[in-house]
Amino acid sequence: MRNKKNIEESIAKIVMGSFTMLIVIVLFSILAGIFVKGLPALNWAIVSQVPKGGYYFGKEGGILNAILGTAYLAAGASLLAVIISVPTALYIHTYLFSHPRWQKRVRLWLDVLWGVPPIVYGAFGFNLMLFMGWPTSLLAAIVTVSFLISPVMIRAMDESLQQVSPGLFESAISLGFYKGEIGYRFLLKQTLPGVATAFLLALGKGIGDTASVLFTAGYTDYIPESLKEPVATLPLAVFFQLSSPIPEVKARAYAAAVVLTIIILVISILSRLISKKLSKNKVE
Amino acid sequence: MKISKQQLYETLRRSWMQVTLGVILLLPLAIGLSLVYKAWPLLKPSMLQGILFGTEWVPLQGKFGLWPFIWSSLLVSVMGLVFMIPVCLCSAIYITQYAPRWIFWSLRSVIDILAGIPSVIFGLWGMITVVPLVAELAKTFDAENITGYSVLAAAVVVSFSVLPFILNMLIELFSSVSSELKESALSLGASYLQVIKDVIVRKLRPGIIATFTLGVSKAFGETIAVLMVVGNVVQIPSSLFSPGYPLPALLANNYGEMMTIPMYDAALMLSALLLLIIVVLFNYLAHSVIRYYFSKL
Repeated sequence: MRNKKNIEESIAKIVMGSFTMLIVIVLFSILAGIFVKGLPALNWAIVSQVPKGGYYFGKEGGILNAILGTAYLAAGASLLAVIISVPTALYIHTYLFSHPRWQKRVRLWLDVLWGVPPIVYGAFGFNLMLFMGWPTSLLAAIVTVSFLISPVMIRAMDESLQQVSPGLFESAISLGFYKGEIGYRFLLKQTLPGVATAFLLALGKGIGDTASVLFTAGYTDYIPESLKEPVATLPLAVFFQLSSPIPEVKARAYAAAVVLTIIILVISILSRLISKKLSKNKVE
Repeated sequence: MKISKQQLYETLRRSWMQVTLGVILLLPLAIGLSLVYKAWPLLKPSMLQGILFGTEWVPLQGKFGLWPFIWSSLLVSVMGLVFMIPVCLCSAIYITQYAPRWIFWSLRSVIDILAGIPSVIFGLWGMITVVPLVAELAKTFDAENITGYSVLAAAVVVSFSVLPFILNMLIELFSSVSSELKESALSLGASYLQVIKDVIVRKLRPGIIATFTLGVSKAFGETIAVLMVVGNVVQIPSSLFSPGYPLPALLANNYGEMMTIPMYDAALMLSALLLLIIVVLFNYLAHSVIRYYFSKL
């Protein structure tokens, strides 16, 4: 009897362990697949030039337009998202402090919003763009992506704000501070690492998303010079060039994928370091 | 004087907070309304049935049967769920119950990195790795379509792209079980496995089901990764090896032409509306269950 139990236990452990290994294997197969295919195609010319004449037939040029486009888009969208997210997250923890039921409702709503597929945001962004009379442009893409990443940012900030002890708010309010003031002066400072990781999380999501900007960015070979010009992004570059039948162009899709993966990995590692480093000076 | 200045600042702060909160809370409504507005020409009860359950998709003749797309979407997400369940459940249990500390932390990083990988990269991985494997499998099974671009490949890719999200929630769920409960079961002579099976999983069952519901709805909305491996043929998939054409892929592939053919944009916006409604409904139910659950623990 006892033996059977032990055998069962060890079999289950092996099965569960191997499923867990599967996840690690998949991650490595993704990274290995991208790097093996992409690294040979990657060189300085590709990351430092915009597409030139005949680029899409395998002639000279690079993906600088997509790299810079991604940078502009991500910077703009995350800035706009911060402007929306920080006050919202703080409002949940200051003005709604004594209304736990409303806090819960808002959180539930945000979680639901988080689950809305990017392609639906894309369709909405497209409608918004037509409604406002914008062309397919950097501006339209920034607005769409900022809507997409705001719920993520707010929820992530909200999670770290929940770690702050309620005593801080209570003692500050008893000293006569205004609620909003407490939010910006104390709560925000206390959760700075959390806010930074939330920012990076949303940034990564914004950089990597394809479906939401498919309608609004309007792919271009040039680097946008104003908000009203179309923009190329790395995921779009991967997506569009991959469908090309010409091997040189296809190889560039892999190269773009490598660049994209590296950017995402750097952001991921950075957010880890930040959350470790900044959480040292914190009032418990 | 000084006070009133501070009061003014506070009023400004508060109103800005309220404005941003309002924008975020009204966003789903705005999305929904804009889609309804665009899809309005097709939203008559008499036409709706023909569109939702119609199988013919010929935009030039004004035939917008969405059923093949809905069916493909369902098939991909349900198959994705079938792959997701064992992998997520087993690894969540292993990570929270068995794994030593260092493995726990390194696996958390693996999951975090996986969570950050964009969907286009998942799609690329699917094309490089999963599709050839599925093609091999299709050959051995003598399937009609041996290219590998199929519902099965899409399901595999989607299950791994949704996995980090589900796994994080499951890990949180499993860690929330009090150790007292585990210890009392263990002291009664139960083996570790029995504790997991009969105490933890049983206690968490509604939460686990809700989490997988979220997974399905996430898989339902997954666009680019699926689009790249699913084959994109308008038909009702006859087997797992046949290509499909899910709703999000329909939207993503046809946005370019939708302004040129009459009613085409209405049909596409209707499919976006459908996606929105299904996903919001699923998410709302699942999150309510999970919330209720955590409040009781």
